Amino acid sequence: MKDFRYLSGVASLRVDEEKCVGCGDCLEVCPHGVLKVEKGKATAVDHDACMECGACAKNCPAGAISLTPGVGCAAYIIQTWLKGRGGVSCC
Amino acid sequence: MKDTQEFFERNPAPSPEFLKTPFPMAPKEEDGGEIACCGPPAGPRSGANEKPGYLVWPFVEEFVQTPAGDTPRVRTRLSLLDRFLAAGARLGIARNSHKVAPGLYTLGLPGPESPVLVTANYKLSFDAVRSSMEGRSAWLLVVDTRGINVWCAAGKGSFSADEVTRQVVRTRLDLAVSHRTLILPQLSAPGVAARKVRRATGFTVQWGPIRAGDLPRYLDQGNKADPAMRQVSFTLGERVVLLPVEISMVLKPVALVILAGFLVSGIGHGGYSLAAAWHRGWVFATGILLAILAGAAVTPLALPRLPFTAFSAKGAVVGAVMGATYALYVSGGWMAGWALVLLMAAFSSYLAMNFTGATPFTSGSGVEKEMRRAIPFQTLAVLGGAVAWIAGGFV
Ligand code: SF4
Ligand code: SF4
Repeated sequence: MKDFRYLSGVASLRVDEEKCVGCGDCLEVCPHGVLKVEKGKATAVDHDACMECGACAKNCPAGAISLTPGVGCAAYIIQTWLKGRGGVSCC
Repeated sequence: MKDTQEFFERNPAPSPEFLKTPFPMAPKEEDGGEIACCGPPAGPRSGANEKPGYLVWPFVEEFVQTPAGDTPRVRTRLSLLDRFLAAGARLGIARNSHKVAPGLYTLGLPGPESPVLVTANYKLSFDAVRSSMEGRSAWLLVVDTRGINVWCAAGKGSFSADEVTRQVVRTRLDLAVSHRTLILPQLSAPGVAARKVRRATGFTVQWGPIRAGDLPRYLDQGNKADPAMRQVSFTLGERVVLLPVEISMVLKPVALVILAGFLVSGIGHGGYSLAAAWHRGWVFATGILLAILAGAAVTPLALPRLPFTAFSAKGAVVGAVMGATYALYVSGGWMAGWALVLLMAAFSSYLAMNFTGATPFTSGSGVEKEMRRAIPFQTLAVLGGAVAWIAGGFV
């Protein structure tokens, strides 16, 4: 995946260190190796590789991860612009 | 009633001698009773698994009795029919019919200790799992994702903890196995909260590899994934199979653009000329088709080799280069040449931007940012190109 990098500095992923209990569940589900647990806390070591799939947030037992779950799909985004976020389906 | 009485009155019962003469077209005993009176020879008797109103999939080898009831045992080798259907799915033919029934299946002859693999009820997902498990035994729990693949279903929310729970309960999986572990594809994680499944069913979720092909190694390592199994890939082969659907999705709007192209191509010096509409219309139409090739095929294939990170920029480069080459080749004047470059760059850029939805690495925030920047340029290029094309009829 090293050949494929997308825009940097845009991903909305945030880890709340206060809430994180360091269980590591989020690392396991991430398809881009974005997260690591360092000193008992999860941190994004490769923030720009995050595709906002939401797997980590969905499986964090402490609710420590927040992001705007988006679909990285132009057709979907055009629909959300036209109709708003509700009532739109992706691919 | 009256009619039957009349019938028997008029037709007395046949004599015993008559009944002994054989039916002239029945198979004769000296032929071994094998020769059919008409048509090709009859096939075998209906299988024991057939039930009125149901069709048994050819991938079902037999039904085995398990503590969870009669369970179809599926083949691990893909047949010609499977491959044919897969090709149809890739080409976007009958997109909503590539489903298998949700529920419990077996691979090989699993016992109470055998692993439980979970997948989507999209036929290609199901095929990927069973074909990777040749010579192995496992339970295969198919979740009702409405016939959508694992990744998209997880994103849409139809591959969810609730749906997994529904199948675990409905199939009485707890009777079939003595352990309490489900192996889910890692790519279903955006839709499935593992702890919700455990709370609802008592089964613990373990995240299996992303690619079904890694399942044997994952199982052999005691349900442990290597780091490589946890990372998505986007190889050339994985990109190639996406192209037909990408292209088929744009054909309708493109047909309208081409039609409009033919109409305006007739405008020129002496008013409207049908000959010009025909001649220049073809040049235009070919250019647009080349732009589709540029944006929906060349750009996705050459993706990691193209400059820029934004897909719209990559597509614009390919479209502009192909447009310039094509314009020089048809040599319809400099104005029409510029029109082709602008239009082809714009269309290719837009299609390339659309390809973001098919990749496994673009974030929604990133795509939105790219679109806010690219769409004004694409719009300007289309308008400029259209004006130049019409003006090209006058120079
Ligand atoms: S949103 Fe997806 S890609 Fe981003 S860190 Fe979480 S699991 Fe990884
Ligand atoms: S899953 Fe949540 S609590 Fe566990 S390490 Fe990740 S962020 Fe921390």
